[in-house]
Amino acid sequence: MPDVKVRKFLVSVEDIFHEGGPVAATPYRRGAVLAVIENPFAGSYHESIQPFMDDLKPLGLAMAQKLLTALGCEATAIEGYGKGAIVGEAGEVEHAALWHAPGGYAMRDVLGGAKAIVPSTKKVGGPGTRLDVPVTHVNASYVRSHFDAIEVGVTDAPRAREMVVALVMTTGPRVHARVGGLDVSDIKAGDGLR
Amino acid sequence: MKAQIRKLLTVVDETLSEQGQEVSPPLRRAAAIAVIANPFAGKYQEDLGALIDIGEELGGLLAARAVAALGIAGADVQSYGKAAAVGENGELEHAAAILHPKLGSPFRKVLGKGAALIPSSKKRGGMGVVLDIPLGHKDAAFVRSHFDGMEVRVSDAPRSHEIVVAVAVTTGGRPLPRIGGLKVSEIKGEDGLR
Repeated sequence: MPDVKVRKFLVSVEDIFHEGGPVAATPYRRGAVLAVIENPFAGSYHESIQPFMDDLKPLGLAMAQKLLTALGCEATAIEGYGKGAIVGEAGEVEHAALWHAPGGYAMRDVLGGAKAIVPSTKKVGGPGTRLDVPVTHVNASYVRSHFDAIEVGVTDAPRAREMVVALVMTTGPRVHARVGGLDVSDIKAGDGLR
Repeated sequence: MKAQIRKLLTVVDETLSEQGQEVSPPLRRAAAIAVIANPFAGKYQEDLGALIDIGEELGGLLAARAVAALGIAGADVQSYGKAAAVGENGELEHAAAILHPKLGSPFRKVLGKGAALIPSSKKRGGMGVVLDIPLGHKDAAFVRSHFDGMEVRVSDAPRSHEIVVAVAVTTGGRPLPRIGGLKVSEIKGEDGLR
């Protein structure tokens, strides 16, 4: 089993007070944690890559915890989440897909009982590539006020033989959410959707 | 509060290895960024006193946030820098008014000391413009191992009538410094230079 080799972490936390409208009583807080790791499959085609998902689990947990700490709130205060990965040029997009299970598992574990699928995105790119990580409500994917996206990236990563894996969390709806749809107070199905 | 703040962003990057060499302890760098309204966007204003006062306010606020994000005492910060990006309806002089007259004093107060000039950069640009914050040792500008730069950006700022203001602090110099020059151990710390 290849070890997970981390070159760097990057954590960002954003407090949004307003976007031209009324100033929020509690700022909308969004955070992202990124890890730049070595891609053990870079440079050639590997048929079997799935075991690396298990290797990534401890990293995912550590990242989710790191992000929660940076956000400075209880797990119960997290209302939205998402994940993503950027694979360097010597890898393939399938390597980014390895992040689905460990990234999602980690956030569910740290947040406890989150029901909705963790929305995600992925790409292959060079250093500084930006990724718009989608965000949806942790318990009901259709909650319209919580659809958002957080742009992330690392100036000097991914290098060719690296990949960047990302987790994001938010503490509420968009700062001026007002386009209707399913409201948080309407969540009832328990199916992760509505 | 003098500044009208739309959002605050903190970013922490943590380098654990570089070119296969372990960086021990990991190098940590933090930037705290404010997106504020530019009170003088779209017109020529002779007296920039209001921006100078905003600079003073942000110097303390951003320094405190950046140091808190590093999780160390202010006195343990090794290098620092500052930068601003003015939206398209402002002028470069607005960035200068924020950065140069009064921002430094409250910034240094958070650190306890800081004999060296705070290196800075500024520009005018659109949303998502990149700021490369120059970094230098806080007590002796000639310490060669600590010359560095930290890239930051806010994807949705500055809007035309806004200014992005950033400060950065670190726990050390470049990950693997080896080009000689004045060392930290040789700092006299009297003139801010050596």
